[in-house]
Amino acid sequence: MIHSLFLINCSGDIFLEKHWKSVVSQSVCDYFFEAQEKAADVENVPPVISTPHHYLISIYRDKLFFVSVIQTEVPPLFVIEFLHRVADTFQDYFGECSEAAIKDNVVIVYELLEEMLDNGFPLATESNILKELIKPPTILRSVVNSITGSSNVGDTLPTGQLSNIPWRRAGVKYTNNEAYFDVVEEIDAIIDKSGSTVFAEIQGVIDACIKLSGMPDLSLSFMNPRLLDDVSFHPCIRFKRWESERVLSFIPPDGNFRLISYRVSSQNLVAIPVYVKHNISFKENSSCGRFDVTIGPKQNMGKTVEGITVTVHMPKVVLNMNLTPTQGSYTFDPVTKVLTWDVGKITPQKLPSLKGLVNLQSGAPKPEENPSLNIQFKIQQLAISGLKVNRLDMYGEKYKPFKGVKYVTKAGKFQVRT
Amino acid sequence: MASNSLAYNEQAGAGETAELGQEAAATMSPSGAFGLFSSDLKKNEDLKQMLESNKDSAKLDAMKRIVGMIAKGRNASELFPAVVKNVASKNIEIKKLVYVYLVRYAEEQQDLALLSISTFQRALKDPNQLIRASALRVLSSIRVPIIVPIMMLAIKDASADLSPYVRKNAAHAIQKLYSLDPEQKEMLIEVIEKLLKDKSTLVAGSVVMAFEEVCPERIDLIHKNYRKLCNLLVDVEEWGQVVIIHMLTRYARTQFVSPWKEDGGAEDSEKNFYESDDEQREGTERRKKPYAMDPDHRLLIRNTKPLLQSRNAAVVMAVAQLYWHISPKSEAGVISKSLVRLLRSNREVQYIVLQNIATMSIQRKGMFEPYLKSFYVRSTDPTMIKTLKLEILTNLANEANVSTLLREFQTYVRSQDKQFAAATIQTVGRCASSISEVSDSCLSGLVCLLSSRDEVVVAESVVVIKKLLQMRPAQHGEIIKHMAKLLDSITVPVARASILWLIGENCERVPKIAPDVLRKMAKSFTSEDDLVKLQILNLGAKLYLTNSKQTKLLTQYILNLGKYDQNYDIRDRTRFIRQLIVPNEKSGALSKYAKKIFLAQKPAPLLESPFKDRDHFQLGTLSHTLNTKAAGYLELSNWPEVAPDPSVRNVEVVELQTKEWTPAGKAKKENPAKKFYSESEEEEDSSDSSSESESESGSGSEEEADSSEDSSASSPSEQEGESASESEGRSKRTAKKSWKTRAKSDSEDEEKENEKSKSSDSSSAESSSAEESSSDAESESESDSGPDSRKVTKEKEGRPKQARSTLPKDVSLLDLDDFNSVSTPVALPTPVLSPSLRADLEGLNLSTTSSVINVSSPVFVPMKTHVLLHRMSGKGLAAHYFFPRQPCIFGAKMVSVQITLNNTTDQKIENIHVGEKKLPAGMQMHAFSPVDSLEPEGSVTVSMGIDFCDSTQTASFQLCTKDDCFSVNIQPPVGELLLPVAMSEKDFKKEQGMLTGMNETSALIVATPQDFTPSVILQKVVNVANVGAVPSGQDHLHRFAARTVHSGSLMLVTVELKEGSTAQLIINTEKTVIGSVLLRELKPVLSQG
Repeated sequence: MIHSLFLINCSGDIFLEKHWKSVVSQSVCDYFFEAQEKAADVENVPPVISTPHHYLISIYRDKLFFVSVIQTEVPPLFVIEFLHRVADTFQDYFGECSEAAIKDNVVIVYELLEEMLDNGFPLATESNILKELIKPPTILRSVVNSITGSSNVGDTLPTGQLSNIPWRRAGVKYTNNEAYFDVVEEIDAIIDKSGSTVFAEIQGVIDACIKLSGMPDLSLSFMNPRLLDDVSFHPCIRFKRWESERVLSFIPPDGNFRLISYRVSSQNLVAIPVYVKHNISFKENSSCGRFDVTIGPKQNMGKTVEGITVTVHMPKVVLNMNLTPTQGSYTFDPVTKVLTWDVGKITPQKLPSLKGLVNLQSGAPKPEENPSLNIQFKIQQLAISGLKVNRLDMYGEKYKPFKGVKYVTKAGKFQVRT
Repeated sequence: MASNSLAYNEQAGAGETAELGQEAAATMSPSGAFGLFSSDLKKNEDLKQMLESNKDSAKLDAMKRIVGMIAKGRNASELFPAVVKNVASKNIEIKKLVYVYLVRYAEEQQDLALLSISTFQRALKDPNQLIRASALRVLSSIRVPIIVPIMMLAIKDASADLSPYVRKNAAHAIQKLYSLDPEQKEMLIEVIEKLLKDKSTLVAGSVVMAFEEVCPERIDLIHKNYRKLCNLLVDVEEWGQVVIIHMLTRYARTQFVSPWKEDGGAEDSEKNFYESDDEQREGTERRKKPYAMDPDHRLLIRNTKPLLQSRNAAVVMAVAQLYWHISPKSEAGVISKSLVRLLRSNREVQYIVLQNIATMSIQRKGMFEPYLKSFYVRSTDPTMIKTLKLEILTNLANEANVSTLLREFQTYVRSQDKQFAAATIQTVGRCASSISEVSDSCLSGLVCLLSSRDEVVVAESVVVIKKLLQMRPAQHGEIIKHMAKLLDSITVPVARASILWLIGENCERVPKIAPDVLRKMAKSFTSEDDLVKLQILNLGAKLYLTNSKQTKLLTQYILNLGKYDQNYDIRDRTRFIRQLIVPNEKSGALSKYAKKIFLAQKPAPLLESPFKDRDHFQLGTLSHTLNTKAAGYLELSNWPEVAPDPSVRNVEVVELQTKEWTPAGKAKKENPAKKFYSESEEEEDSSDSSSESESESGSGSEEEADSSEDSSASSPSEQEGESASESEGRSKRTAKKSWKTRAKSDSEDEEKENEKSKSSDSSSAESSSAEESSSDAESESESDSGPDSRKVTKEKEGRPKQARSTLPKDVSLLDLDDFNSVSTPVALPTPVLSPSLRADLEGLNLSTTSSVINVSSPVFVPMKTHVLLHRMSGKGLAAHYFFPRQPCIFGAKMVSVQITLNNTTDQKIENIHVGEKKLPAGMQMHAFSPVDSLEPEGSVTVSMGIDFCDSTQTASFQLCTKDDCFSVNIQPPVGELLLPVAMSEKDFKKEQGMLTGMNETSALIVATPQDFTPSVILQKVVNVANVGAVPSGQDHLHRFAARTVHSGSLMLVTVELKEGSTAQLIINTEKTVIGSVLLRELKPVLSQG
């Protein structure tokens, strides 16, 4: 399936290559560079490129391109999903998926790639299995290894690989047994000029951090499971239980993982927690314009909206901006034309606003369209959909775990058109 | 020296071993004088030194640096010899890095790569499954054609390995070998067939992948595994799921009839609430013929549904395409929700998913209509995503939602992303053309856009308006006039050409403007784009024909300009037009029709989705994404008119029944070997299994009755045995001789099998002679050899596995013969290599012989109990005993016996213990610990150990309670004096060879053929005696091995099937007494119908 993999940085250097079958020359990447040049920016490089003898399927992650070489028919999503999994693994191992991190750990990267694919077909992608095969680098371990000469390569087959619960290893032991769940909901919305909602939807995930000894069997139930419209599960969840009882029953992986991600049914009206008053205008035949944006809270259920950031991609003709915020600070990057306003918390008494002048390139026609505002915010202790965890039960182990649930609502792709 | 220091710097960057590098380099600084190119050479030199050092840390550092070089794409091939030496390193990390290196460069350094092969062959036999698997992985990744036979062998071995992980790797190796040498296809298909039967979820995905790569056309291999794959699917790892689902989609399209004709029928439980008009139209076309979905078809659809909830986008997409291609149309709606969910994912996933949705939305609008708003575009989306979303929005547009959409489009048109804005304009055009209600408002909207400041937008609008006007040749004079004015400002060639064409077509509607436009264009003709020039010529020609008075001169001027144009297309067009319209003497008949030619009604262009033609590709494939057939694309066949026989998927229940039975595993595993020789294995299989299920129920009870009968008959035979001890020496000699004949007959048998000839006269004759010599040598002295140290696995779980573990060796043995005979002339071109190869192969054999014969866990534990003390004679205390066939915990020479005590009185029975023992000489007994009290109706199970000294003599003792003593006896059935051992076929033959003559007893059995299926025989034999099955390469030979508990002497049982319904039962053992008793016990059991 996957023939070779090339890692390419933003400046077009191939800094790592790995082949699982016969070696494919680096020159195959020229087709990729060609496509990259054609596309205006990195985001627009087509993920699938056809070349005379190969097909290139690439992803763009953290300023790196992962370009895989394919020779025969394969579901493209298969490759894309796998490449993302590779990037996730790097992230997991090195804390970041960057060129420097990969170069520093090139041997581990190679060992990982060797284990993850065999003959181009995924072999072990479950992080808990990989971590037993190849231990992640830590400072302590590297010191110990250099003294004792022991290696960070495991020599036994990870227990998970063979069991029917490959996500969990055997013999987990903790002195403090804890299970934490984070219910994170994101509001995706498009708000039009007049402030009415064009489209809004809640996407949620439940991330878990489970540190439990032995083989615990957990079941998590909700007060209002009907809210969850479309759910995707971690493989550990027993689908039948969910179908019949709407209870999440599972033997959890060890550590951090995403338990489910869900969408709240579109029938429910989505409460939009903030509103934006905006007035952006460019004067005809003059090289300046006005910019005035105010943010206020709305339907916030008694919780404070915090961590607000407004990002605006200004039109190309904007040279500079001269603004004064009543709260927070702003930056404008004249190269990328991105305005970022870091607001912070909203206090209803004094609404934060950002006002000022926009300097345009003289002589250029005024932009036709006002830029749209991308807004980020966060509300602690609230799941905007109203989803509530009812209880968590544990079977199969004797001890009493410490349990906790946290709710957060965030802005997802939250866009205000102006 | 300058170059030297340069090299150091590089090293310091490459590895963590700057000091080491320096150290090494210091010793060889003189070579620095060689100048420029020496730096590279030198660096490798120091790596070589590090590799040759005896410190693992230095080697490891060197390997790390080399891997760093490989990763960067630098050439490190010249280090090959130094690296390969470390292939057998003890340090697992070094080893792994060497593997990495080896796989990378083996293709370039084939000769040297061969040095490493033997290491892998050794590792293939390693007890650690991880090492076996990685050895197989590396071995199969070395792309050296010369080792193809070795790879083939290794794959075959591994495919029968105990560890599913190793089998999974074997499946991967199949593909590698296939790509290295497609000639091996037939052999590989056999392995694939075997692995397809594997029940491990770990293997399923990989073997289906191999199937898809090697023999996707052999759909017949899937039949029997279809249901299993459907049922396993949920538990297979995610990558395997994708592959399996794609394969099953293809399979379903060949095996089931279309569910589409008759849709929304009675069995339609999950009907969609949003059935579109599209589907209703289909509904009216319904045929009245009743359609019933094949249950297997339903099974696939049902079992894949949960996977829509997978976190893996590829799995969701795979299920979606399965539903799209094979489920009834009314059920396909469930996939849309999941696909829309994927749109939250990263841009690459979005891109692919949107492409597929675009294709789907053309055919079945209804599916995605409820999710219309999910496709609304955000200004931050990449352009490629935006255009795809737009495409989908257009496909979904209908009367009901078009006004909402147009409002949305208004935002898009003003987007800063001009490419996207242009695409939106085209979209508006398409909406206008497909939905007539809005076409007027669309048109006016587009006309408004003509006054936009952005040229791209205006140009695109012009082109779209041109198309729209062409479709609706109504009175649009105003628009045309407006556009004519634009010619002054607009510069985009396509737009200018469009305007000119529009004026030309409608020149009679705008009689005043058209000639003026021509005049303007004549002025600028030379500076126009070619596209525009052609349209100017056309406009001139049309005006000449309709309004020659005003435009004759202008047209001729333009034609003159065109005549000398640089572009030959234009010169060509000019010549053509001149001949056609300007009347002269030479002009032919055509000029009469000039007006018809130029001013004919032109068909309106059809505004279609660019995804229209993609639907003939299977969704979710690379070919679909590229819209061209990718290499290796497997066409999805059309539904068959008539479904092929569904019974091919029926699987007899063999597997279920035989689960607790190791023989099942054995019978199954033997298949490949069988296949090797016979081609009609499938039929055999099915007949086997059916007969098995019939006879199984009866046999158990029969044997119970039988064994008790025989145990009573065994005591007289024992006396015979004790007396005859002098004949030992003689018997040894005859043993040797007869072993030779036996071996001969064995090999002949094999050949027979090969040729599939049914007669085995010669071999049976020879073997019977051997039997004669042995039959009179029934008695022999009991020589007590010390008990061997035994490894005993206690858990019952391990039982079937243990028995199976011996199988691969057997397979390899057979294959060896085969391989030597077949491939010697072909695959071993160099004489240099063949000896080493052979040595390797011999190495394989040797490793099997060296394996110690271990006691394995029992194959089967009959639950039969014997009465020790009847409750009537025991005053209410009843005792039963049974043989758990577990190694005794009280002593290695003891047989463990479990006694169940029951209190049938209404009072407590206290202090139950063993009283006085009356044991024959030599016998020992370990009594159970006393039971303090036994409640009324209570029962307790105690275990004790008895050393029967390998005889069936009765152990008598007293069972005492507080008040009474009862004399009881335990007499062991001979089969319980044994412990099963696992050994290879080769070992068996060797041992058997040493136990002929007097040590051999045999009997002829007559029974119906159903009783001679492998599993039935095994069942019967293990029911009587605690023996272990020995893998057999031949169908007609069934071998079992055990050793006596006390002395550890081997007890080898062979059942050799003969012609007709007879079989020869042979027992070889030093303990001839027990042997003959066992023979007597086995004979009636096996011969019973």
